[in-house]
Amino acid sequence: MTTSNPKRSQPLSPHIQIYRPQLTSVLSIANRISGIVLSLYAIVLVVWLVAAAAGPHAYSMIHVFMGSWAGRILLFGCTFSFFLHLCGGIRHLIWDAGFGFELRTIYASGWTVMLMSSALTIIAWIVSIVLAG
Amino acid sequence: MSKETMRSPISRALGLGSTKAGTQQWWRERASALALVPLTLWFAASVIAHTGSNYLAFIAWLRTPFVALLMVLLVAGMFYHMGLGLQVEIEDYVHSALKTVALLAMRFGCCGLAVAGILAILQIAFRR
Repeated sequence: MTTSNPKRSQPLSPHIQIYRPQLTSVLSIANRISGIVLSLYAIVLVVWLVAAAAGPHAYSMIHVFMGSWAGRILLFGCTFSFFLHLCGGIRHLIWDAGFGFELRTIYASGWTVMLMSSALTIIAWIVSIVLAG
Repeated sequence: MSKETMRSPISRALGLGSTKAGTQQWWRERASALALVPLTLWFAASVIAHTGSNYLAFIAWLRTPFVALLMVLLVAGMFYHMGLGLQVEIEDYVHSALKTVALLAMRFGCCGLAVAGILAILQIAFRR
């Protein structure tokens, strides 16, 4: 901010558009996007809690919507975003602790994040459907 | 850098950018992430366990002191972590005069939503 001068010629970052997407770059941006998506679901969580505090009528309106197909698709998106951000976040915490920087490990942990977040989403929904009867 | 100035390059560089508070923000984001791992997993498991249960069963669960405590921690930690994350995203991608407005609106929104959520939990927990 202090010395930004658009007229001065500065080195440019690589143009992201011409780069082939890689697992590393896709997961990096996915963690940011899932964070933004989860922020929107955090608003839904507060609406849900406020409705529960308001009483059975307000709560049942939320409950009926969440049971509809649109609500279920929204909840499925929430589940996947949550597990993706959780697994990606744990991968970042392991990096922050100083482990897993070898290229092979980076790809192995990346695929683990993809597999685990998909598997956990499906398991969560199967358990939920079984419990609902 | 021009020869006329008496300031050394290091004195010009010090205090600029993220050198002042970047580490603190980075640590806070990690610390809240670490706290949210068990809290969110517990919440997800609880919601799944409550699939199909009615309003009264849900309220009875939320009124348990331990559940109310964890829910308050979850909402507080979630909006704290969310504020830090969205701050980085706004700072990285919004470069116009809107940046400050966006940062303020985001921060106010996070505080308002966190307080609304916590008040709702407490209202349910302490209702007679």
